[in-house]
Amino acid sequence: MARAVTTQHKTIATAAAWIVALLIFFPILYTIITSFKSEQEAIQGFALIPSGTTESYAEVQAQSGYFKFFLNSVILSVGSTLLAILIAVPAAWSMAFSPTKRTKDILMWMLSTKMMPAVAVLFPIYLIFRDTGLLDSRIGLTVMLMLINLPIVVWMLYTYFREIPGEILEAARMDGASLWNEIIYVLTPMAVPGIASTMLLNIILAWNEAFWTIRLTTTDAAPLTAFISSFSSPQGLFWAKLSAASTLAIAPILIMGWFSQKQLVRGLTFGAVK
Amino acid sequence: MKLRTLTLGLLSASALAFAAHAESITIATVNNGDMVRMQKLTDDFTKANPDIQLNWVTLEENVLRERVTTDIATKGGQYDVMTIGTYEVPIWAKQSWLLPLDKLGDDYDVKDIIPAIAGGLSVDGKLYAAPFYGESSFVMYRKDLMEKAGLKMPDAPTWDFIKQAADKMTDRANGVNGVCLRGKAGWGENMAFLTAMSNSFGARWFDENWKPQFDQPEWKKTLQFYVDLMKADGPEGASSNGFNENLALFQQGKCGMWIDATVAASFVSDPKASKVADKVGYALAPDNGLGKRGNWLWAWSLAVPAGTKKADAAEKFVSWATSKHYAELVASKEGWANVPPGTRSSLYANAEYQKAAPFAKMTLDSINAADPTHPTVKPVPYVGVQFVAIPEFQGLGTTVGQLFSAALAGQSSVDDALKQAQDAATAAMTEGGYIK
Repeated sequence: MARAVTTQHKTIATAAAWIVALLIFFPILYTIITSFKSEQEAIQGFALIPSGTTESYAEVQAQSGYFKFFLNSVILSVGSTLLAILIAVPAAWSMAFSPTKRTKDILMWMLSTKMMPAVAVLFPIYLIFRDTGLLDSRIGLTVMLMLINLPIVVWMLYTYFREIPGEILEAARMDGASLWNEIIYVLTPMAVPGIASTMLLNIILAWNEAFWTIRLTTTDAAPLTAFISSFSSPQGLFWAKLSAASTLAIAPILIMGWFSQKQLVRGLTFGAVK
Repeated sequence: MKLRTLTLGLLSASALAFAAHAESITIATVNNGDMVRMQKLTDDFTKANPDIQLNWVTLEENVLRERVTTDIATKGGQYDVMTIGTYEVPIWAKQSWLLPLDKLGDDYDVKDIIPAIAGGLSVDGKLYAAPFYGESSFVMYRKDLMEKAGLKMPDAPTWDFIKQAADKMTDRANGVNGVCLRGKAGWGENMAFLTAMSNSFGARWFDENWKPQFDQPEWKKTLQFYVDLMKADGPEGASSNGFNENLALFQQGKCGMWIDATVAASFVSDPKASKVADKVGYALAPDNGLGKRGNWLWAWSLAVPAGTKKADAAEKFVSWATSKHYAELVASKEGWANVPPGTRSSLYANAEYQKAAPFAKMTLDSINAADPTHPTVKPVPYVGVQFVAIPEFQGLGTTVGQLFSAALAGQSSVDDALKQAQDAATAAMTEGGYIK
């Protein structure tokens, strides 16, 4: 009897999980479905079965070079993530293992920069970029994306590092490990799942960032967000084309997320359950 | 191996040298059919000007507006040619953000530009943007349904006739709405339509002293007529319909009449996209006998920002894209029906164009019936038919658009919407220093 209840619970839990997952995934699924519709079908109303036409993909391909945008997306998201990790690991290390009275305030202050609407600093940033010649450059945008995601990266790494017992590091120090040896040989291997999931999440965030990537680029550094934006039309139907462009833009990150979901979930729940 | 490396190195070095020699200009544009076509035809330009390379940036309309405003206000110099509308040109020209176009070439024939359009793009007699395509608005209607209703659409209908025809054409059982009009909130969406409509009802946004006029009877008549008409004969959920939504409804045969941009004519008469392609008739936008019709005037135009370092190359491109030669180029490659409309008088005198575009005459008549410098029955201190060419209008127009959209959706009464619009406009005008 007890066993039956457990099975029943399990079934309900599984069903609930599926429903929630489907609800979350549905907008993406519907975008993919719409991309296989004709423009007339797309605007006609809700329908889950498309006619299966690939005309939108053909038109999107004909209209602009996907690959150039894709390459920029890869460079920007991976570049900004590596840069962020490089800066955030020492920062999180110091706050996790040598906390001071002000550590909490510093962490809060870092996070508070995320609370300001981005558009509020558009003009100052635009002027700095203009004067330093960084407008429409990959370097400038990589730094920008690194900066806007840095608070989250530091916070995540800080949380992971806090889960690592300080005694292990003390033991390493007793054995004569230098600061760098301690970080590289002791701390990093233990924090790999945390660092990996932070990197993955940061790549996704940088890939999807649409405010700065559109506003600070024109042609040379424009990533896939600019590619999607170019298919919206003030006069004429464009839903199917926009969906096809969006599907092409999110496909790489979706596939990457699928393959790395184990690491991602493990990293995100790291330390949550002991 | 070494030789290959050396050759490759030399090749790339020479490629770089060539690229450095060619001047590249960046053109910001929107994703409209005519603009996309232009991008495909630029070989003609680059062949004649091998030293100029073209880079395209296509953006969503509102993002484009924000991007180019940021760039032009900071003199960022990211764009050499910008696609902007009749709303921006007078404001930006006055701010010295645009270069006057006085080197368009000897054979450009500036006088050929339709006077109403040229007027909207000029400040103090100088042209600050060249029109790429122009549009007005008019009535598109189903000839078959009109006949079934036992009516005949005059070339220049009144609003009362539109109401009468809409009532008769509405056939809810068969999913036919007598009339489809914009309801989606936005200064370029429902307010473009309603502002143009209000002109024909004798209303105006501001009096000569910039005092908002939403508390006047003309606005009450306009909005009441619109809401009543749409409630009786409009489609369900009309308050979220913009140009594209109404286009889809009309193409599927769900609208008896649709009053919107003249550029829509080529979409609704395209047999590949429209179920009713062979049944569409055209008429001038309605009036109330007060001397002004409810049609607007808009031109997507190419302008050269003051921050550019490549003004000569940019102006050369603008001249090419808006020339008679370009019209002939499109005609030879894609047929006369696809030539960008509404910019040059010579196009409308062309017999081949008249044959290919049955809506040509009505488009020209509609454009000529709009006067951006005298848009209303009573005098006003502003330029613009369906907008007020002041920087505050984007924000204010959208706020008022939301209030009127709510009135259409039944969330507020016409009186409440007008009162709130008056308050919002008074606040915006006071803040802008127009009134005390």
